[in-house]
Amino acid sequence: MKTAIIKYNAGNIRSVQFALERIGVNGIVTDDPEEIRSADKVIFPGVGEASTAMQYLQQRGLDKVILSLKQPVLGICLGMQLLCKHSEENDTNCLGVFDVEVKRFQSPVANLLKIPQIGWNNIANLHSTIFEHVPENSYMYFVHSYYAALSPDTVAIANYVINYSAALQKGNFYAVQFHPEKSADLGQNILDSFLKL
Amino acid sequence: MLTKRIIPCLDIKDGRTVKGVNFENIRDAGDPIELGALYAQQGADELVFLDITATNERRKTLSELVSRIARHINIPFTVGGGIAAVEDVNVLLQSGADKISVNTSAFKRPELVDELSREFGSQCIVLAIDTRFEDGDWYVYLNGGRVKTTTKAFDWAKEAVDRGAGEILLTSMNNDGTKQGFALDITAQLSQNLNVPVIASGGAGTMEHFTEVFENAQADAALAASIFHYKEIEIPALKTYLYNKGINIRF
Repeated sequence: MKTAIIKYNAGNIRSVQFALERIGVNGIVTDDPEEIRSADKVIFPGVGEASTAMQYLQQRGLDKVILSLKQPVLGICLGMQLLCKHSEENDTNCLGVFDVEVKRFQSPVANLLKIPQIGWNNIANLHSTIFEHVPENSYMYFVHSYYAALSPDTVAIANYVINYSAALQKGNFYAVQFHPEKSADLGQNILDSFLKL
Repeated sequence: MLTKRIIPCLDIKDGRTVKGVNFENIRDAGDPIELGALYAQQGADELVFLDITATNERRKTLSELVSRIARHINIPFTVGGGIAAVEDVNVLLQSGADKISVNTSAFKRPELVDELSREFGSQCIVLAIDTRFEDGDWYVYLNGGRVKTTTKAFDWAKEAVDRGAGEILLTSMNNDGTKQGFALDITAQLSQNLNVPVIASGGAGTMEHFTEVFENAQADAALAASIFHYKEIEIPALKTYLYNKGINIRF
């Protein structure tokens, strides 16, 4: 089995690679369209800013490559947000796999809500095979200032003053806002379930 | 709901975990990777590795250590010690660190915080402040607590947040190593007035101290070293205790 990790200008790739190693999978970090297309599974990670990341993907034609994929794809954090339709972060048009708007957290009162959300939060209403080995209300590690709104594609909900999509799924596209590669053993179970799809 | 975090800190010297009292009398506390893996397995929410002897020559050793840690540990970890430029951070993130912490170098050249947050995002930049209470206020200390400044801890924290620091790791030198509890007043001042998470550090001695710092000082996370290294308090017992006190904790 070949697992490709999409290489682009939005960090955090090493942690994903190490997490795969821990479950005995050798992830290939690549921005080569042929390598990505021929992989059995594709992971689209990311930490960073939406508009520069989208620009980078477009300049290299990776946006079209990602949209053309038929095998299971897993977007993580910024990767998930880029799979949505549009992000408020620098008013960025994204890939549009999910018909979902990405918005910035707003504190109802000054300093009540710390932004970014950094830490462990629980996920609920789990409806995806990637959560097969994850109990309801398990804690996952989140680091983000923007969130994907709830939608018919929502397969896990988290709450940070408001309810939002902790995970989305549509066809072969899976996406999680949290970092399974940093979410201890239960996070590892998610990666494992994804790789077994 | 977002939980409060329990963060063991591993001070590294020549590749070993060490711990001192009031920043002095350093003694050996074991292999950092073994300890880190043990803490992760016990339910630590995050780890912090601080290379207290970091110099330019040793930075290569540090990145090798970070890469070994990253291979073995499936929770987030922060690395600090001697970081003074974008390139230093690049190397550490490439080795698998999730966040980095800056202290003296950022104070001496505050633009470093802007540069790092622009390049890697605020979520990646932890500003560490060592502070001591004297003459009626909390002042910033540099170089591992050896050099006093005339800047107040709150003022520096606020400036750093404005420049893009995503978290504050606040260590009270008065409390560090004393096991008499965290510095609640300055922790609360930062936590209530800044829009980023505050990690309280220095002084943890009992489980009650953690309740205090979360409830009375609104810390987002609490960091401790020796009580975990010498098994005076074990993380599972601490988490059970906090949970029973009604504090939001991850199990």
